[in-house]
Amino acid sequence: MARAQHDYDDIPGTFVFDAERSRQGYGINMFCMSLMKDENRKAFKANEAEYLKKFKLTPAQTDAILKRDYNRMLELGGNIYFAAKLGATDGHSFQHLAALMTGSSQQDYAAMMLAGGRSVEGNRSKAGKQRPAKAKAKPKPKSKSKSKPKPKPSAKRK
Amino acid sequence: MASIIAGVGSSHVPAIGAALDNGRTEEPYWKRVFSGFEKSKQWMAQTKPDVAIVVYNDHASAFSVEMIPTFALGCAAEFPPADEGWGPRPVPVLKGHPELAAHIAQSVILDEFDLTIVNKMEVDHGLTVPMNLLFGTPKEWPCRIIPLAVNVVVYPPPTGHRCYMLGKAIRKAVESYPEDLKVVIFGTGGLSHQISGPRAGLINSKWDKSFLDNLTKDPKKLTRIPHIEYMREAGAEGIEMVMWLIMRGALDDKVDEVYRFYTVPASNTAVGHIILENRRKAAAKNKRAPAGRSKQAAARKAAHRIASKGRR
Repeated sequence: MARAQHDYDDIPGTFVFDAERSRQGYGINMFCMSLMKDENRKAFKANEAEYLKKFKLTPAQTDAILKRDYNRMLELGGNIYFAAKLGATDGHSFQHLAALMTGSSQQDYAAMMLAGGRSVEGNRSKAGKQRPAKAKAKPKPKSKSKSKPKPKPSAKRK
Repeated sequence: MASIIAGVGSSHVPAIGAALDNGRTEEPYWKRVFSGFEKSKQWMAQTKPDVAIVVYNDHASAFSVEMIPTFALGCAAEFPPADEGWGPRPVPVLKGHPELAAHIAQSVILDEFDLTIVNKMEVDHGLTVPMNLLFGTPKEWPCRIIPLAVNVVVYPPPTGHRCYMLGKAIRKAVESYPEDLKVVIFGTGGLSHQISGPRAGLINSKWDKSFLDNLTKDPKKLTRIPHIEYMREAGAEGIEMVMWLIMRGALDDKVDEVYRFYTVPASNTAVGHIILENRRKAAAKNKRAPAGRSKQAAARKAAHRIASKGRR
């Protein structure tokens, strides 16, 4: 069954870990959770493909884990707090994972954070909407209304 | 009677805990963060709460995907720090207040907030980092802790409005507890950050500032923000900010902002911090006056009833 569409699917570069992904990715996240134990980390490292057979994973999920394709893991139902345990098992810092997911080098990513992070301008919406159509204008804090008239489609930064 | 005297909002970035645990607080990068909490520690030392209710979220430590309670109240006598993959953080075990916690559970469930009672739970950086920021690194924590874990990991988390109303129910519960206790409530998490996917690294300081402004002045406005807006504007993980609204709901409508701190970044996150005090003196006066009046009125009515009965 195709995934139902949600308003938040319009946010660029984002895989919202919703109830559907939580169901779909149960195996990925339980695998990641198992890495909290040292003996499991060792067993995984000794033979990754074999270890993954213990969990209910689709071939695509197994492939994403073996390739450390974090974005694909998230898309297939992995959650970042769980996936981070795989990164830690590989001896990587969280910033390493973040850089990987954003397609930049760790230095570039760190520099971007020090400079104030990734701007929300141009990164709000895939469809070019600055805000969801349904959101009422009233409750918005003023600071946001300034950015409203910008109709330009978002340039997805990678 | 127990009462909530103040609310504290604070980010709970794990890297802050790591900086503390690895003795890196004097590095310029971290000093910038920690120095923002110096005044807060003084404030806390003067305030001396008996109990801190800490609203936070678990990050795949105590709860995996096997069970995902929306609101889980810690009613245990103690809460050990969780092993998040690098061994448990070297912080003291947190002592609970099981009597008050059980009282809160009973009260808010009857007020239609069906929270989960947890009698055994380890707590992760989501709770221990704000404790360090406000209490420093003592050998024993100077007050009892009641953890309230909120699901903000699996979408959808509770709405901001629901959180705010839960805060109000918690306040009512605390105020119906007979023992004289000074309670401070923490809202933790945020502020803007996204740590997942190609958009990771998002920070929106403008939005954060507006959130903090309204937290003090117009929290009801914040309760109307839909989830999509948190995620779009403050990042997928920025949605944690709904937890601050539980803290805010537990305070008076009008509060005094006694301190605020904001800096970018700590690791991947904007760090926000605020201290809000109930207007204690005013509140106490207002409360006493009408109570006195109504008591007198009730006495008059009763006297009248007795008198009229006597007459009949």
